[in-house]
This record gives sequence, C-alpha cells and structure tokens, in this order.
Amino acid sequence: MTDRQRQIWIDRAAVTAAWIAALVFFFPIFWMVLTSFKTEGQAIQVPPLLIFEPTLENYLEIQERTNYAKFAMNSVVTAFGGTLLALLIAVPSAYAMAFNTTHRTKDVLMWMLSTKMLPAVGVMMPIYFLAQKFDLFDTRTLLVVIYAMMNLPIVMLILFNYFREIPKEILEASRMDGTSTFNEIRQIVLPLAWGGIASTALLSIILCWNEAFWSIVLTTTDASTLTAFVASFQAPEGLFWAKVSAVSTLACAPIVVFGWMAQKQLVQGLTFGAVK
Amino acid sequence: MNPTLVRWLQAPSIFVLLLWMIVPLSMTVYFSTIRYNLLYPERTGFIGLDNYRFFATDPSFGPALINTLILVGSVLVITIVLGLAISILIDRPFRGRGIARVMLISPFFIMPTVSALVWKNMLMDPNNGLFAAFSQALGLQPVEWLAQYPLFSIIVMVSWQWTPFAILIFMTSLQSQDQEQKEAATLDGAGFWSQFWNLTLPHLARPISIVLLIQMIFHLSIFAEIFVTTSGGPGVSSTNLTYLIYIQSQQAFDVGVASAGGVFAIILANIVALFLIRAVGKTLTV
Repeated sequence: MTDRQRQIWIDRAAVTAAWIAALVFFFPIFWMVLTSFKTEGQAIQVPPLLIFEPTLENYLEIQERTNYAKFAMNSVVTAFGGTLLALLIAVPSAYAMAFNTTHRTKDVLMWMLSTKMLPAVGVMMPIYFLAQKFDLFDTRTLLVVIYAMMNLPIVMLILFNYFREIPKEILEASRMDGTSTFNEIRQIVLPLAWGGIASTALLSIILCWNEAFWSIVLTTTDASTLTAFVASFQAPEGLFWAKVSAVSTLACAPIVVFGWMAQKQLVQGLTFGAVK
Repeated sequence: MNPTLVRWLQAPSIFVLLLWMIVPLSMTVYFSTIRYNLLYPERTGFIGLDNYRFFATDPSFGPALINTLILVGSVLVITIVLGLAISILIDRPFRGRGIARVMLISPFFIMPTVSALVWKNMLMDPNNGLFAAFSQALGLQPVEWLAQYPLFSIIVMVSWQWTPFAILIFMTSLQSQDQEQKEAATLDGAGFWSQFWNLTLPHLARPISIVLLIQMIFHLSIFAEIFVTTSGGPGVSSTNLTYLIYIQSQQAFDVGVASAGGVFAIILANIVALFLIRAVGKTLTV
C-alpha cells in the first residue's frame, strides 16, 4: 500500500468514527423525539419499536390534561424576564466600563465573575428564608431576580468584550458634534452593538431555561418552570413515557435551536471570554 | 463621558452583585453558627462550630464527599479525552460536517431534568429500557443500572451532557490553530501523534485548563440528575455534597446544619475558583 492509499484509508476511518460519535451522542435525543410519537403501549414495548404509525395524541393530551401551557409560560416569563433585567443593569455598566477603562476595570470584572463561583446550595437557606420573608416564594418574580443575578456576570463580560470592539473614533467624532451621552448610546452604540446584545440575550435565555436547582427548590406549583415540571415526572406512578417524551421534546426544541444559533456566544460566555 | 456619569452607570451592576453576594453569604455563615431547626423553633442560640461538627461527623458526609470527588473526577477525564478526540476528528472538512457538529453539541442544550429522565426511563430501565432490550437480544440478564451502578449511571448521564461542551470549546479553539504550521510539519514528515503532542496539545492547553475548571465548578453542584434519577440512593451510594445539603434542609429541616454544609461547599468551590479566576484573568485584555 502506498502512502497515499494509506492516507485515504485513515481519512475514511476518521470520517466514519466522527459519524459514529455523532450518532451515539444524538441517539438519546432522537429516541426521545421518536417515543413522543408512539402510543403509551408502544413506548414501553419490548423489543422496542422502530417502525410504527406515528401519533400526535401525546401532544394533544399534554395540552388538555396537564398544565403544560402554564409551565411553558413560566419558563418563557422567567427566562426572558431574567434576561431582560440582567441586560437593563448590564448594558449601561458594560458600556461605561468599556469606554472608560481604568486600572480597576479588570479587577471589577474578575470580582463579578467570582460571584458566579458561589455554589447555589451554599446560599440556598438564606434565599429560601428571604423568599418566605418577602412573600416571594413560588413566584415568577423571585426566579426572574435570581436568574438575572445568576447571569449578570457573564452578560457583563460578553457585553464588555463587544463594546470594546466598537471603534472609539466614531464616538469621538459624535462627541465633537456635541451629542449627549444618552443619544450617543441610542444612536451609535446600540445600533453597532445590537447583534452582540441579541446573542448575549440568547445565551442568557438558554441558561435560564435549563436552570434546574432554583426552580426545583424555590417553586411548588404556581411558578414552576418546565425543568421543575419535567422533574415532577420522576415519581414511579408518573411512568407515561410517551407523554413525558412529548413534554420533553416541546421543552427542549426551542432551546436546542437557540443553542445552535448562539454557539459562538456560548463559547465566549461559558469560558468567561477566555476562548473566542 | 464625565467621571460622575461613568460611576453612576457602573453603580447598579456592582451594587446588585454586591448585595447578591454579601447578604446570602453572611446569612449562611450566621445560620451555620446558631441552633436553627424548623421542627424545633424553640431551640435557639449561638452554638459555635457544633453545626459543622454535626455535618462533618454525619455518617453520610464521608461517602458524599468521596462520591463528589469520584463524580467530578470521572466526568472530567471522560469529557476531556472524548472531547479532544472528537473535536480533532471533526476538525478536518468532510461532507455533512455541519450536521455532525450540530448532532454532537445538541446534548448540551437539553435541560438536565429531561436528560435524566430519558436516560432513567427509555435507556436504562431494566424492564422496558433500550439497554435491557439489547441485553435480552444477546441472551444476557438485563442490568439494573440505577440500582446496581447508581454513581456510574450518573457519571454516564453527566458525561453525555458535558462532552459536547468540551467538543464545542475545543472545536472553536482548533479553528484558530495555525494551519500553515501544521502543513509545514506534515511536509517535514511529522506524523499524527507528533503533530498532536507538539502542535495541537500546546495550542489547546489553555482551553483545556478552562474547560477543566469550569466543569469542576458546575459538577461540584450537580443536583437535578441525582434528584430525578436515584434520589441519592440506594442508601447514600449516589449522594454528593450538594444533594446531602439539600436533604439536610428539606427532610431534616435543619437550617443550621444545612448552612454549615453550605459553607463547606462554598469553600470547596472557592478553591477551584481561585485557579479559574487566575486562568481567566490572564486572558482578559483590558
């Protein structure tokens, strides 16, 4: 065998291995989606069914019989609310920091990131206690506030990096024309940073949507999000695999799509800006 | 911009984060030094380090600590090794690479409770699960994964979710590798392994350390996967520190002891965080 032939074989083997890995990793998701189109009987059938007549019954039933819509709404409100609140606080701050960098800016950002390191379980009791005290237990307001705080450091860091990339000359030019700071942000910075803000928001929404600790600990029924709702199916009596799959598919589909779209921001956000 | 305005714009984010950090933290420390059990509200008062002693001498504490370390350690090794191998496999172009990539990173976006349920029911269930069907097809006795190998099962689930994270980071980082350098090395007759050790691995050194540290932070507080699948059992065989503290507060209603556990978790996380912050700080250009 010549070197060239050998190389071709190695390439083929590598591509095959890559596809096997992809199929293995994707399989549980595929299986979940597939199960959601089975009847309950088919879902637990042994040996498992691969070919069957798909049904939409599960999707209809979870709308009718469970409070799926309510939990979905809670997820939407808390994920978007938390993100919005974080952005409202972070945009002006990150802007000010990016355009007026001092020797302390880095320390401030690092300190902000360090608040992310506080394990949730370490502050569980106080948060629980405060939630009860202010009558916020099991409310969406509480989750919105917590999610905002949880994501604020990451949001700050990514926005800071985006704002840093805006050429300073543009701002200086507009300042010469006497534009006020407010107009400067509105007319120049926001349009330029819009893409960055949107993708930061996307990342924050993903993180909020999939958050499971606080939503399980701090809600019972009223404010439960989809993560907590899905967790409630853990009990043995709740063994409705097809319906659980339908709920899970609906709960994950939008976020998986968001995830594909926000890959770059995700890398930056989750590595705290260290890998771009 | 005038300095006053700068300060005012920065103030809100610093202020709320300061609150978010200091208030719960000091409360946790305070709770951890007093008698505070929701079942016995009449028992109060400062008791020094008794809660810590109680938490650390609890027969579940040792196993929980060991489980935490095994869980974190195994997941780290699996995700880094698999992540490296797969990201190198998909680094070179082939037909359908985009689709393969999307398939590979998707598990990372599945919410933890869903992933736990899918593994627990549809894959690992000893009666109706897919793995059991495979065993039967091969004429073997189905394995009761969650009862017989609870910690291992959770390691598998968490690795399934986090290997995609490693792939995502390494993949992104590989794209910035100097291709000309690699071509030159190939022309000089450097084989795959020598290129891997001398070029790729040094290039990925920083991403690897970041992935390691970030995963450590997240994995020290794994909760949903255990909550949904094994509830820490059988016995305490799959209880980690986070879950133990959760149990302490939700079932024993002992705020004092749970808080002492919380302080313990905070210290553990901060040891890791110290290294992470240093690694990140090096890369942040201000």
